[in-house]
Formats: sequence, structure tokens, C-alpha cells
Amino acid sequence: MARNTRRPARKASGKAAPKGTNGPRTRALPRGRSLRRPSAWLQEHARAALGSLGRMWRNPVANGMTAAVIAIALALPASLWMLLQNVERATAGWDAGARISVYLEPGLESSAIERATETIAGRESVRVLERISPDEALAEFRSLAGFEDALSALDGNPLPAVVVIEPAADTPRSASALESLAKTLDDIPGVDRVQVDLEWVERLYALLDLIERGVGLFAILLAAGVLLIVGNTIRLDILNRRQEIEVTKLIGASDAFIRRPFLYGGLWFGLLGALAAWLLLALTGMLLAGPTARLASAYGSGFRLSGLDGAESLALLGAGVALGLLGSWLAVGRHLRAIEPG
Amino acid sequence: MIHFDTVSKRYPGRQEALTNLSMEVPEGEMAFLTGHSGAGKSTLLKLIARIERATRGTLLVGNVNLSTLPRRRVPWLRRQMGIVFQDHHLLYDRTVFDNVALPLVIAGYRSGELSRRVHAALDKVGLLDKEKQMPITLSGGEQQRVGIARAVVHRPRLLLADEPTGNLDPALSREIMDLFVQFNRVGVTVLVATHDIALTEAFGLPVLSLEGGSLARDDFHGRAHGA
Repeated sequence: MARNTRRPARKASGKAAPKGTNGPRTRALPRGRSLRRPSAWLQEHARAALGSLGRMWRNPVANGMTAAVIAIALALPASLWMLLQNVERATAGWDAGARISVYLEPGLESSAIERATETIAGRESVRVLERISPDEALAEFRSLAGFEDALSALDGNPLPAVVVIEPAADTPRSASALESLAKTLDDIPGVDRVQVDLEWVERLYALLDLIERGVGLFAILLAAGVLLIVGNTIRLDILNRRQEIEVTKLIGASDAFIRRPFLYGGLWFGLLGALAAWLLLALTGMLLAGPTARLASAYGSGFRLSGLDGAESLALLGAGVALGLLGSWLAVGRHLRAIEPG
Repeated sequence: MIHFDTVSKRYPGRQEALTNLSMEVPEGEMAFLTGHSGAGKSTLLKLIARIERATRGTLLVGNVNLSTLPRRRVPWLRRQMGIVFQDHHLLYDRTVFDNVALPLVIAGYRSGELSRRVHAALDKVGLLDKEKQMPITLSGGEQQRVGIARAVVHRPRLLLADEPTGNLDPALSREIMDLFVQFNRVGVTVLVATHDIALTEAFGLPVLSLEGGSLARDDFHGRAHGA
């Protein structure tokens, strides 16, 4: 290590040296051969990585169970997320058929109704679907059984004119956009009330938002669980190998050298757990694909259950690796420094 | 190579283990460090390997001042020396070869050079045919020789040994000491702590003798302190 072998030379000439500092007999502690080339660095990491993998392999039952616990902890939030994605996909477009009913003030003159309707139709953000005059509305009501007598009892027509519209093709259809559209329509003279017939979709989306938030919190909890599992496994490993750590420290191993196999251990646990979680999800998707397709076709929909795509799979593996590394890093930081030969 | 200047070491809540110790082991020399148990031999070796830090005084090892050596440089210091322990400190879950290779793995040697050096070191201590065995299957003397091979495999300039013959019979002890003498002949500075006076006399090498934390005999300076 060039960095390590350069410094003592400076130290040797700088500090009080009892003898001359040149000449082979009196030279300070010698430089080891400088071996920290990039390939040597790679070799050290390969040794540590393979070494810790081999160590896990030699104790397959215990380490397999640890990986399985990690896999379940990762698969739970991931599967909920997958479910949520599918529900969102299935319900996407449900608000595309948003209809807005604009009720004009009751008892308006027909010329005023005409004016208000033209103003509404003149807006670029809307497309008028239907105009219902008070008389038409009354006729419709009359045709409904049971209302006949009630309506006869009234003098005159209490029903307002209605203009049914939908947002123009290029208008955003989010709940908030519809809300503001409704507000501008409400300001038109002669308009009494604007009714967005979208509340149930809004409620559904609000519910999905809530569930998504819940899944997020759930994922954070389980991620903390994975950290603790990996951290504890690595902690036990460190305690079991206490003597080995002391001996390697005595022989001159750097902290990084001692840390490395434990960090790789955490990384392997995270990676194996994430791979197993991915398999669990793939299996779940396969088992549910048939029933989902049958349900969808019963509703006349071509909806198909979709599993994790490439990016999501990578994110799952990345999360596993990151949690494994972080967990072991926490354990190593806490416990390795405490072990000193003495 | 080793230079103590009025070094004292006190463990918390105990008497001073070493008091105002000044001594030197010149480069290329071999010396015995003797004294009764509790005289401070182990403490002295621990100070040199920076397992413990001196409470007062200056300690130079190969011109490196250990009292100002930062913690992160300690591994580097230890890689410059070889240490032989009384209880071997071998790793019992790996083969003799892997035990001896450990210092080279730590130093980042490539596998070709690594196995060449391990074989040379094992050959030197006469255990070349046991490289694939586990340490637990070896006798006490053989285990100690594995420990010595591990201590010299990276060709240190300084070799420390703490009671290396403590558990061995006289014939085996002589063999081990002969090994140290051979290493000394090729220029390694050797300091061997032992309570076996007969053994030190048989070799006729310089002796540093500790008594109650002070130097009672120093063959390098012909001084005799205290009693």
C-alpha cells in the first residue's frame, strides 16, 4: 500500500532517530513490497467476498433461515406494492368518463337559459354532451313511477335546466383539475350549482393513496426489521470469531481488512434475501395470473396481472443489498472496535 | 531496532509494571529477555507490539516513535514484525497452510508468490509435509513451529517471542531456539522472553533481565541496575 509505506520514511527522518537513517543496517522498518495495485485490491475484495460466501455455505441451515426471514420481510411490502400497482392500473381511466352536471337557477327565462348554455359551451375546456330543459326534466320525472301525483300537486315546474358536459379532450382529468373547472363554471351568471359526478372515483383514489402511504410505512418498518436481522446475525458472527479477529489484529490486519468479510456477509444476506423475495413474488404472480384473468374477462376487461418489471426487480435487489450492507456496517462499527488484543 | 528511553507503564488501579526503563536492542542482534513472572516481560513485549501504550517515556521501534503513532498506523507497525506467542494463537478452523499464509493475505500478496513464501517458511520449520493438516492434529511443538513460520513468512526485520518454549520439553525448546538463532543469522533482530535461565545460558547470547519492572541486567551496556 503506497500510502502506508511512504509515511514511515518521513516519520523516520523527522523523529528523533538514535542512529543515522541511511544504510541498510540502520534503515527504519522496511517498506513491504508495494502490492496495492488495482488488481491486488480486486483480489483482496474477491478473497473477502468469496470467503464470506464460503463461510455461509458451510452453515447452510442457519444462514438459509436468516436469508428466508429477510426474504419474507422484503416480499411483504413488495407484494403489497405490486398489488397496489395493479389496482391502480385496473382503475386508471375510470375518471376519464368524468361528467359534470351544471344546474342552472330554477325559474330562469328560456332566453337566459340559452345565454348561460351558450356561455358554458363557449368555454374551451368543456364539451357539452346534453342540454336538458326544465320541461324535459319534468317529462323525465313524470315517466318515473310514483312521481306523477307529487308533481301534479305543484303549480309550475320546480326543476331547473341542466347542462351536462365533460372536460375537453386536452383538459387534465385529475380530481383537483375537475374541481377548479367546476369553480369557473359556477361563476357563470345563471348557474346555480355544479355537480362533479366523480366522488366515488375520488374516494377510491383517496383510499388507494392512503393504502400506498400505509404500504410505505409498512415497508419502512420491515426495512428496519431487515437491518436488525442482518445486524444481529453479523454481531453474533463477530462474537463467534472474536479470537480470530484478535489474532489477525495482532498480525497486523487493518480495520478495513477485518471489516471486509463481515460487510460482504451482510451484502450476501441482503442479496440472497432479495433474490428469494423476488422468486416468492414471481411465484405469487404466477399463481394469481389465471384467476385474475378469469375475473377480468367476467367484467369484460382485458386486464392482466403484471409482476415486477426489470427496474422494479433491480430496485428490490438493490434494496436488499443496501439493507444488508447497512445492517452489517452498523454491527461492525459497534462491535469490531471493541475487540482488541491484550 | 528497539529503543526504550525512561519508559514507564502503569495499568489502571495497579502498581507500575515497568518503571523508568531505558534499554536498547541494536539492529541485527538477538537477545533473551528474562525475569520472573510478573517482572514485566510480557508488558515490555506488548509495548513493542503496541498492544499496550507506555504511560511515560519514549519507545522507538525501527525509528518509529510508538507514543505518537496514530491508532490507524498500528496495523502497519505490526506488519513490520513477527510475533510468536506462548499459546500459539493459531486459527483452528483452517489448515496449517492458511494459518501461515495469513500475514501475506493481510499484506495483499498474489497467490503465486504467497504459496511460494508459505512453502519456504514451512520448509524452514520442517513442516512442509503437514501444510494441509489442521493445527489441532499437530503436537504442541509442531503447533509452535507453525506459529513461528507464520511469524517469519513475511520476512520481518524484528521477531518477538513471548515464552515460545513455555510448554515444551528441553529438547524441543532447544530446537525452537535454534530456529530463532538461524533467523538472527540472516539479519533478523530477535527478542525472546523466557524464564528458562538454563536455556539462555546454553546459548550464550546477550540477556536483558527484568526485576520488579526495572532492568537488573543489560548485556548490551554491561550495566547492572539495582540489586
